[in-house]
Amino acid sequence: MTDQNPAHRAAAIPAEEAVKLQPVAQFGNHTPLRLDSGAELASIRIAYQTYGTLNDDKSNVVLVCHALTGDQFVASRHPITGKPGWWETMVGPGRPVDTNRFYVICTNIIGGCMGTTGPMDTNPATGKPYGLKFPVITVADMVRAQAKLLDQLGIEDLFCVLGGSLGGMQVLRWAASYPERVFSAIPIATATRHSSQNIAFHEVGRQAIMADRDWHGGDYQSHATRPRKGLAVARMAAHITYLSGQALHRKFGRNLQDRDALTFGFEADFQIESYLRHQGFTFVDRFDANSYLYITRAMDYFDLDADYDGIIANAFKGTKTRFCVVSFTSDWLFPTSEARHIVQALNAVAANVSFVEIESDKGHDAFLLDEPEMFSTLAGFINSAAVHRGLAKAE
Amino acid sequence: MRAPSENLLQTSGRTDLVLIADLIEPGSRVLDVGCGDGTLLQMLTNIKDVDARGVELSQTGVNACVARGLSVVQGDADADLPAYPDQAFDYVILSQTIQATRKPKSVLDELLRIGRRVIVSFPNFGYWKVRLHLMMSGRMPMTDLLDQPWYETPNIHLCTIRDFVTMCEGMNVKIENAYARRGNRIKMRFSKPGMLANLISDEAIFILSRPD
Repeated sequence: MTDQNPAHRAAAIPAEEAVKLQPVAQFGNHTPLRLDSGAELASIRIAYQTYGTLNDDKSNVVLVCHALTGDQFVASRHPITGKPGWWETMVGPGRPVDTNRFYVICTNIIGGCMGTTGPMDTNPATGKPYGLKFPVITVADMVRAQAKLLDQLGIEDLFCVLGGSLGGMQVLRWAASYPERVFSAIPIATATRHSSQNIAFHEVGRQAIMADRDWHGGDYQSHATRPRKGLAVARMAAHITYLSGQALHRKFGRNLQDRDALTFGFEADFQIESYLRHQGFTFVDRFDANSYLYITRAMDYFDLDADYDGIIANAFKGTKTRFCVVSFTSDWLFPTSEARHIVQALNAVAANVSFVEIESDKGHDAFLLDEPEMFSTLAGFINSAAVHRGLAKAE
Repeated sequence: MRAPSENLLQTSGRTDLVLIADLIEPGSRVLDVGCGDGTLLQMLTNIKDVDARGVELSQTGVNACVARGLSVVQGDADADLPAYPDQAFDYVILSQTIQATRKPKSVLDELLRIGRRVIVSFPNFGYWKVRLHLMMSGRMPMTDLLDQPWYETPNIHLCTIRDFVTMCEGMNVKIENAYARRGNRIKMRFSKPGMLANLISDEAIFILSRPD
């Protein structure tokens, strides 16, 4: 496999250059993206990464959908942080999504901030950054944009579409909107609708951003500043929801940070405080606050049940897609009951479905971590689907 | 009696599963309720090229099945069958599970709704060794198929072959065929099990359907 993607060799290239160097698909005014809100996005860009080699009949395409704060760098070095791809344990040579066999595409979602059109970009109508003038986008809009990219690449259908959390919502939307284009689907740690509790957490994050004076009603780019504190707090609050109480206790307990005694002040006495502050402050270097508002909103608006008149099974009626639904025992953000809801809907249409619940104390984030049972079950599912698809068997 | 195919026998030591597998038409849609580690489903996929699905209570069992490429969900025969649509499968199999369900009658009703044919196997409590064990020792019988003490066993609704036939008659269920087994030898096939089968077999396999 030859790697012709300059962003993969990004180490020596300045971050912003590397982001610009990645593959980007342009869509002009003649093919606007029609949004659920009724608005249209005229000219859009979709930044994406690919791994592996497309086979002759284009039957080995895997689409990876990223989560809220993820991006297209699923299995290659991140151009800004310099860290390895966010899912290199799942995607790569010899991994469950084996790039020696499959052609993997990961796009930055619409509304994102890593090269795809989002609120940071220039609004063609005003010549200024969109800010809050950017239309509200939905999960279905993200999926529509991905479908446009596939059309442009001449890829008719996907061997597999997979993703966790918001990525899993996109997977479900793909399977519902384009059943004939999805051979197999792996929604992980996700739900058919965002729960009241989850909307509540998102609202806390958004309010933290908006309360930052540097947010300027979303127009911070014109003021040459960024709501760093607000976004950091949003990230800190959200990060707690990605972990389990048990995992936090195991990792940090009540351990003190670089000190032997309490300081009787508001420094980060505890390791957990120091850890969260670090999570918050490093996050703002790679993420845009307005993107955070828009993408959390898209998750809040996600309600596949409502889209099908409250009968979620109708979303999958007649589907031939092979599904593997995955949940984690300690995930309280997208608990196993949500996965069961998906499975029941698929059973109601006698769909081909597997469902695994993985025993883990790592909470929602488990899907991004080293979970051997997730890898072995998904490798089994993907292999079996590949055999049914007529793709060569891995030994 | 139809002899199980040679190749089927070679793939598994479990002759009950081999007998069940031999009853399935190639290429059909099959749901195995309580599929364990997926041995039967694997056999059916390999040899009968069926569209095989499974439901299993134990998550360990489910994960093992999925890792070997089978379509299996975690679920409970008592709770999760109502989700399936009518007549979605050619065969629904309930192997060595009905005696562990809370409501065997409702489970059987659901199975007959979901599948055109239902294959049920269960340990026969009328087997002479079971009767003798209880009569002689005065304690709950334990045999090869009933191998756990009363306080450990998941079997809460044990029955005899005659009990099962009586229930089917009461539910207006058609017994298409029935097989009685003892040990690893297939004993006999009968259209309606009688006193003798009830006495000499430790396991029964029924093929059921709704009358047209």
